[in-house]
Amino acid sequence: MGKGNGRTGGKPIAITGIGVITPLGQGVEENWCKLLAGTSGIHAITRFPTEGLRTTIAGSVDFLDLDRPTPPALSRALADGAAAEAMAQAGWLDEEDEFPGELFLAAPPLEHDWQTRHELCHKLAAGPTSPYTMADATFRPNEDLSQAHRDFTFGHLAGVLARKYRTQGSPITLTTACASGASAIQLGVEAIRRGSHPAALAIGTDGSIQEEALIRFSLLSALSTKNDPPQAASKPFSKNRDGFVMAEGGAALVLEDPDLAKARGATILAYVRGCGEAADTFHRTRSNPDGKAINRSMQGAIDDAGIAPEDVGYINAHGTSTPENDKMECMGIQKVFGRHAEKGLAVSSNKSMIGHTLTAAGAVEASFSVMTLVDGMLPPTINYEVPDPNLPLDVVPNEARKSAPDFALSNSFGFGGQNVSLVFSRGAD
Amino acid sequence: MTREVWVTGTGLLSPLGERPDEWWPKLGDPAALAAAIDTESYTPFSVYPIGEYDIDSQIPRPGDQRTMGPLMHYGCYAAGLALEAAGVKGNEELLLRTHMVVASGGGERDWELDHNILENLAKAEDRGVYLNEQLSNELRPTLFLAQLPNLFAGNISIVHGVAGSSRTFMGEEAAGVDSMRIAYEKILAGQGDLFLVGAAFNAARPDIIHMTHAGGYVLNQPVDNLWDRPRDGVAFGSAGAFLVLEAREHAEARGATPVAKLSGVLSGLSDRSEGAAARLAEGQWAVLSANLRGGALSKKHANGALAVISGACGSGPITHEEQVFLENIAAEGPELAVRGTGRAIGHSLESSFIANAVLAIDCLARRAVFPPLSPEAPIEARVGAAEVDQVLITGWGYLQGEGMALLEAIDG
Repeated sequence: MGKGNGRTGGKPIAITGIGVITPLGQGVEENWCKLLAGTSGIHAITRFPTEGLRTTIAGSVDFLDLDRPTPPALSRALADGAAAEAMAQAGWLDEEDEFPGELFLAAPPLEHDWQTRHELCHKLAAGPTSPYTMADATFRPNEDLSQAHRDFTFGHLAGVLARKYRTQGSPITLTTACASGASAIQLGVEAIRRGSHPAALAIGTDGSIQEEALIRFSLLSALSTKNDPPQAASKPFSKNRDGFVMAEGGAALVLEDPDLAKARGATILAYVRGCGEAADTFHRTRSNPDGKAINRSMQGAIDDAGIAPEDVGYINAHGTSTPENDKMECMGIQKVFGRHAEKGLAVSSNKSMIGHTLTAAGAVEASFSVMTLVDGMLPPTINYEVPDPNLPLDVVPNEARKSAPDFALSNSFGFGGQNVSLVFSRGAD
Repeated sequence: MTREVWVTGTGLLSPLGERPDEWWPKLGDPAALAAAIDTESYTPFSVYPIGEYDIDSQIPRPGDQRTMGPLMHYGCYAAGLALEAAGVKGNEELLLRTHMVVASGGGERDWELDHNILENLAKAEDRGVYLNEQLSNELRPTLFLAQLPNLFAGNISIVHGVAGSSRTFMGEEAAGVDSMRIAYEKILAGQGDLFLVGAAFNAARPDIIHMTHAGGYVLNQPVDNLWDRPRDGVAFGSAGAFLVLEAREHAEARGATPVAKLSGVLSGLSDRSEGAAARLAEGQWAVLSANLRGGALSKKHANGALAVISGACGSGPITHEEQVFLENIAAEGPELAVRGTGRAIGHSLESSFIANAVLAIDCLARRAVFPPLSPEAPIEARVGAAEVDQVLITGWGYLQGEGMALLEAIDG
């Protein structure tokens, strides 16, 4: 197994397909080229009026062909688009057999936007000025209202995707806030390792940028207010960082038992080697200042991979660009990696370019971690103009770097104290 | 050696109360069941709300109470009951490696604000500007935290100190079944020894009733005839329901007393074409009935009849299909003593399956099943089940998802 300390890790799980949509574009190739070029996908919001708002920028995905980009419609399109790309690459769309694995879907708690809510109330209400007044007993639903109801239920999207991609059993929709995408991968790895099924489809999706979501994060003082120019707002690990930038995206990974992938003749892109997680019991939006949960998460993933910290050459950081996260993450990295964090360990944040895709982030960044291993290139942390002397990490500043790490670790930390770390490698040894 | 999964603690906050000695007598008392229903607040719809409970006993800090709405209160409270019953509460060493798998929807919105905005939005000169202004000025920052489903688990971590891991499943009834299934599978496979599994649901919410009504799925007639309603529609019930699941070795090593053995939990997604859910359930029954005492196809279960605690949601067509399925397995296998608890505590969506697991475990503890809840229904007509030491639970979603589990008494 690992070349580190001789501990035996969990079984490596093969990744045979990835798919990504972010504000940078549709598909792994376009995204990866732009990431390596240091391109930002952050722009002024045009989806709704931003007058009077402190934050007026986001990484919304505006290029998909939708009647109206409502959160349910967009989250579905992002998940479906990413899954289609990943399943095609893995060769499963051409197989006659059903996909022999479960679906784990990281999705936001979808809510109707205000326009939909407004329309619905007027279609349903007993009187025109009593939006939540119940209709009378003679009411019968029509197709519009039925769709609105299905979109309101949290299980609907996973059901649609499970049928389309012919996954096995009951599809699971999950949330661990900003760690959700990584949790979906972890659930898939665990299911394969325990022999439930030899494969799994893990998807992260988030298309929930609308007025209320933006304002909620704004009220928590979590968002950057440096609206001009939008491309410079997300600056992880910089001294002048002032919050994250909301973004949308979808990513999917096809996970397989290596034996199945080999028997099918599928190309194995990389392996998931280890998963770690820890819950923080401290506060709803802040990490415990002792950083222990973050440390346990990273150490857990390293232990599960059966390697030593020094084996990790690259960390795809959670790196949100909030003062709190980047400080805590740096402290955790210093604690777990010791002197290796000073020299030899590169740490960069994709969020400098695509913003924070929230529920999808763990899956999006896992996909880019896989591309790092496949391509031997580290994506940069852009907007790194004013280094924070308290965060002395090699953040791969502003320009991509050629480097071929054996192991990459991806961090995802969520509001509410859910922390997940994943270790990936190019080969199985 | 094959690992076994034990239940070492349960917690249920229900419309019939929170202690077995509260709910058990009510389950046999038609007047008490009628009293649990609120027909006024959301007329013409009925809901089963949670009554008064001593929230301070499980969530002592006012600050914690303030950052949660009723949904999270119910969950946090029931989780505390289960941890306490399992002897895990307050034990830091155990809590550090207690893994949480819970099912939740979103928390409560600010109805008054929603109402005001919706009333005025149509009249606003510039809707966008009006919305931004209202939301920026009137939304409480902490309200967001009371709405995020993952904070359902986050709050349990904060209030009770559960720190192993934290996963929240979403997706109505199936999310509750799958939280139990994933924990069960992980324990069997050695991917953990100690799990807190649970869910909560607040039925007294205008948004949920409103949106479910938009789809035509809220019952707008009296709540009787659970098994035989002409069309779609459920009567929602509030609940918080939790289980502590534990590897047998782990429970024995720490001297914990088990209240039941979980012998299997299965979940599936049929396409809901006619008969599809029943066909899927037949497959689940084929797996679980192998564990029946007296054999799967024996006409006589060792208990006289096998107790079935059904989560039948009461939505006409799908509950009718479940009834036919149960009649069919009773025709070929053991007699069944079926109880559809939706009639007593309402349909508690994410919590439904786990709430029924707690009621099933109470039956095991008493070695008896409570009286029929819908006495008029032929499917509940078989009254007798003696020395109950096995209980089957079923849970079909009103839209999708089919679940089944077998719980057993632990001898000795």
